[in-house]
Amino acid sequence: MAEYPDRSQYPAHLPDGSCDIDLSSGKYLKLWQGPNHPGITGNMSVELTVCGDEVVEGRTHVGYLHRGFEKLMERRTFIQCFPIVCRICVPEPDFNEYCYAAAVEELAGVEVPEKANWIRTLILEMGRVNSYLMYLGGQAGAFGQGVIGQWTTYARDLMLDRFEELTGARIYHMFILPGGVRDDLPEGFDQRMEETLREIESTLADVHDTMFRNAVFKKRAMGLGRVDPAWVDEYGVTGPVARAAGVAKDVRSDQPYLVYRELDLEPVIAHESDAYARADVRRRDLLMSVDLIRQVLARMPRKGPVMATLPNVLHWKIPRGETYVRGECSRGEYGYYLVTDGSGYPRRVNVRGPSYTHAMALLEKLIVNVNISDVAGLLVSLHTYPPEIER
Amino acid sequence: MMQSLYDRLKDRFNLGEFTGRRADLAFVTVSREQLRPLLLHLRDLEGFTHLVLLTAVDWIEDDTFQLTYLLNDRARARDIGVRLMLPRDDTQMDSIHDLWPTAATYQRELREMFGIDFPDSPRVNEDFILEGWVDIPPYRREFDTLRFARETYPERPGRETHDPATYMKQQLYPDGEDNG
Repeated sequence: MAEYPDRSQYPAHLPDGSCDIDLSSGKYLKLWQGPNHPGITGNMSVELTVCGDEVVEGRTHVGYLHRGFEKLMERRTFIQCFPIVCRICVPEPDFNEYCYAAAVEELAGVEVPEKANWIRTLILEMGRVNSYLMYLGGQAGAFGQGVIGQWTTYARDLMLDRFEELTGARIYHMFILPGGVRDDLPEGFDQRMEETLREIESTLADVHDTMFRNAVFKKRAMGLGRVDPAWVDEYGVTGPVARAAGVAKDVRSDQPYLVYRELDLEPVIAHESDAYARADVRRRDLLMSVDLIRQVLARMPRKGPVMATLPNVLHWKIPRGETYVRGECSRGEYGYYLVTDGSGYPRRVNVRGPSYTHAMALLEKLIVNVNISDVAGLLVSLHTYPPEIER
Repeated sequence: MMQSLYDRLKDRFNLGEFTGRRADLAFVTVSREQLRPLLLHLRDLEGFTHLVLLTAVDWIEDDTFQLTYLLNDRARARDIGVRLMLPRDDTQMDSIHDLWPTAATYQRELREMFGIDFPDSPRVNEDFILEGWVDIPPYRREFDTLRFARETYPERPGRETHDPATYMKQQLYPDGEDNG
């Protein structure tokens, strides 16, 4: 394997920390990966400066699908924001619904029925399974293994069937509302969910054999994008990226919300902190989610209301205040900072998605010295969804 | 838990209003001069090592921006939101990218969306989300999204807009036989 030059010395760094890159020297080339590129995660792009086939500098560019979610919410009543919030994260929309609903409930003083909290936990874990399945297909695809994505898409589709029968929708559910959830579990849901979980476990066993034991995947993913544990706080790293670096950071156990205190869970960690370790942490975390879904269905109360009594939501005014509500989504800490001013509209909503820190500062740090062919694999290993950056 | 922290730090950092939201979350107001010493103290001595977010709230009626620095202490499972009130006619603020490198991204966004400048922050003047934006910063309260959309994007030719209630009435009762 060829030795890379010491990038701390070459190219030279300017006082502001940027690289002294003279494109006219012929040593460097600008190369855009995205926004339309098979090796990009969502609608974003990375402006690469390469020397040969090696990246010397990377700049993340977002804004390709900016819809001004946060601003739009300031012009809508609290209940009207629900069709907006779920669209901030397509593959795992339910965290937006939960965090926003929980923030509204807290400021309005609404008490959620116990059964609704169990169903919310169930929904969030189902969403996590979907998100991880989508990730595994993308991660394998970034290293040339197309078949894994077909298997995980099949498994994800089965979970989307469960979402459809529970919520009436496959992608954007709008099932979690202030005060609880829209409905109870349908008849026979437990049995159909168990069949789905078994199928997912079977698919995951195949994925483990075919992807994680594959020599090419190991060769390319091991050692790629190593995150120093010291960067976890400096760069706001959360979720599987932090856990793969040995930091057992998981909101579900650090600051338990909903019914996580009543469930058995142990944060999944690794220490190698490279793309392979991150993939493995997510695979094992997915299996834990499967187990958590079983725990929820086995322990949840079967009787009782699923929705609190609310005031007329069309004329709902919430007293002045501010709060922050967080949850652990498949990519890390997801949170909503909500400010109210006593009117019928949110004064300010700020969405804290894990991609905001992972795909900007952290990615730009990790991408230096990476071979062009591994950029896609590195990007996917951070599991980023651009709408969280440009809310 | 948060009240005792406030009591200890109140005089030392000349802290302003305290708002206890939950047992594990509180907000406190600080002056511009005390912001940096307070953040350093919270990070290095109180365990608030994780900068969760940095954002702004526009209190246009008070002619003020509120900057909120939210910090998390994972070991003790608690959060503190540090509020700083900035006059709308002096929107220049000290950067904290040397305390948390990731703050540079938040500061770049705040400059673009709210027009709050952080002069020493790396690449703060580079476009972040809005390339080529020439209007007022769009997340300020006086920016009218509806007016902007109407002025910027022409209506599609042939498109008709109806008042939903009137339209449905016409569809359901074309002869005006609404007895309900």
